[in-house]
Amino acid sequence: MNQNNLAEPLDFNLTCPIPIADYPRVTLAHGGGGRLMRDLIQKMFLSAFNNPYLNQLTDGASLAMTGAKLAFTTDSYVVRPIFFPGGDIGSLAIHGTINDLVMCGAKPLYLSVGLILEEGLPMTDLWRVINSMSSAAKLANVQIVTGDTKVVDQGKGDGIYINTSGIGQLYKDPIGPHLVKPGDGLILSGDIGRHGIAIMAVREGLEFESKIESDSASLAAVVDDLMTSGIEIHCMRDLTRGGLASGVIEIAQSSKSQINLVEDAIPVREDVQGACEILGLDPLYVANEGRFVVFAPKSEIDRTLDIMRRHELAKESALIGQVRTGTGGLVSLKTKIGTSRIVDLLSGEQLPRIC
Amino acid sequence: MKFIDEFRDPVLARKVSESLKKITTRHWIIMEVCGGQTHAIVKFGVDELLPDQVMLVHGPGCPVCVTPVELIDKAIEIASKPGVILCSFGDMLRVPGSKGDLFSIKAQGGDVRFVYSPLDALKLARQHLDKEVVFFAVGFETTAPANAMAVKQAAVEKIQNFSILVSHVLVPPAMEAILSSKKNRVQGFLAAGHVCTIMGYEEYFPLAKKYHVPIVVTGFEPLDILQGVYMCVKQLEEGRAEVENQYTRAVAMRGNQAAQELIREIFTITPRRWRGIGEIPKSGLALQDAYAEFDAEMRFGVAEMVVEESTECISGLILQGLKNPRECPAFGTRCTPEKPLGATMVSSEGACAAYYRYRQYEPEGASSEPE
Repeated sequence: MNQNNLAEPLDFNLTCPIPIADYPRVTLAHGGGGRLMRDLIQKMFLSAFNNPYLNQLTDGASLAMTGAKLAFTTDSYVVRPIFFPGGDIGSLAIHGTINDLVMCGAKPLYLSVGLILEEGLPMTDLWRVINSMSSAAKLANVQIVTGDTKVVDQGKGDGIYINTSGIGQLYKDPIGPHLVKPGDGLILSGDIGRHGIAIMAVREGLEFESKIESDSASLAAVVDDLMTSGIEIHCMRDLTRGGLASGVIEIAQSSKSQINLVEDAIPVREDVQGACEILGLDPLYVANEGRFVVFAPKSEIDRTLDIMRRHELAKESALIGQVRTGTGGLVSLKTKIGTSRIVDLLSGEQLPRIC
Repeated sequence: MKFIDEFRDPVLARKVSESLKKITTRHWIIMEVCGGQTHAIVKFGVDELLPDQVMLVHGPGCPVCVTPVELIDKAIEIASKPGVILCSFGDMLRVPGSKGDLFSIKAQGGDVRFVYSPLDALKLARQHLDKEVVFFAVGFETTAPANAMAVKQAAVEKIQNFSILVSHVLVPPAMEAILSSKKNRVQGFLAAGHVCTIMGYEEYFPLAKKYHVPIVVTGFEPLDILQGVYMCVKQLEEGRAEVENQYTRAVAMRGNQAAQELIREIFTITPRRWRGIGEIPKSGLALQDAYAEFDAEMRFGVAEMVVEESTECISGLILQGLKNPRECPAFGTRCTPEKPLGATMVSSEGACAAYYRYRQYEPEGASSEPE
């Protein structure tokens, strides 16, 4: 699913259904509730997202789910630039919300999509994003069942903002930090830091040459295998903003346990490590979009690793730490040189250092 | 990763640590000059591997920390003007001036951007001819050549909407200020490796001789620092006071002469105020008269601004190796990275921020591995 080549539009076997000659760019009228908006919805959105719930074009989707325990989440996506190595804002908005659902121990089923478009956005860009959302949703077997579109004046947005909400059905009782216990193993699904560095390399004013691609991906398949394996998974967390460190600290704090990490066990790709060394960043805090950690009982660690490693996106899964009684809320790290230190939340975004 | 992993090898680190313990017979206080070294020491726990008798104190080599508060205020004043794009290295944006930081100006609508290189700021000037692009030229000798190059390039291309706000500082005068103080307790130095990459280390010979102090040019990886400490302690134990080079893979005795030439062409040596320390003679760089048109202080009329510093912050004492961050009553309470009283709490290279991030408290059984 990695579309690295930015010059070449992704999945462009379909041509844009809105005749470009008529509307090469999004206009305010595309959000105005009139004919242009209807054209946009029918020709572009319905053709891309096509499913019986959405096709009814009612005010909301009517879904039948009797007796099911549900997870419900929402997230907004404002990434800049909207196309980046390894993905784009569209696939990211689908993966992100799917991943939030699966981390609760739910099978993702239905999504809503809210688009805020900036007047002047090239129609071809919108079409690329919509197509990318459609492929990401199909691949994860979820349906986009309702949506909304608004257009804001030029200069009032960044091309496109997307909000997605999602509903999933819990596999069993909710999992989370409350189940984390001393003795649990902490498993990481692969190398860290790729998304943050890929975005940074293409951000205006900070460009540097790199072949690093975002790890943006849906975690639905690997989590489905874990949740149906019979293993008593205690907690999962996807490692987005704030990276591995922030995700693990949050769990240590909510579960009131101490988590000990081993730096040497945490995979970081050489090119990501190199970029971090040059920029003065710590990969522990760099964002990911397709990585997660699993807390599993000690006796189930090997089986959990086996299941995860069967999936391409988690084939480098590794045991990186352990839950201890110790000091509640504390994360400690055994460094590469064998000493130890605490791992703390940053006060804000990591900033590149002077020298 | 090559050139990284071999300098973080735990077995070698233990070996150097053992050798160091064998040769240490007395108490010694050694200062690592550079903030990058401070950060590495605390991040990797290098000090855990030192004998109890060897104490590291943290030096003034954090450019963000020593930039005087009035320079921050000047940057804020300039960034608040309409039509200005103020560019800076990332970690300057959070440093508090007397009234706020550059991030808050950005939130109020100012165009403040962070860049990796002054040449990127110059690129912005070419792209935005209707704007004034100002680069906040902070740093030691390490960043001076790139800033000099940006000014030289602007002069060659006659780019008139580009200027720099200069707050350059020099390492050897600061070391001399520490050594000549009556309160000095530093007995040996780990000199800043990357400054020496540019400047070489000839200028340390007179310092080592005059103050009878060993100076070891040292790198930034854990093993570099351990070896630097070892070389320094060995000299102290043997009663020697020489300049030695631990960081041979990057530093030559005469440094990078092309870079030095460029610095001399664009900049001239000037007295400079250091945050928390005060004015040190001949310790800074200012633009040569021939390049005065690129001086943002002149262009925006902020040269005369004078601002007094907060009296509660003891960063000056910390930067001179006289106090440890934990000895500050405000540390971790009234002063945190979210609400810093002084710059040593802001920059990730600042001693207080490093202690706050890695040493707020000691974990129980932290070194135990997963079973």
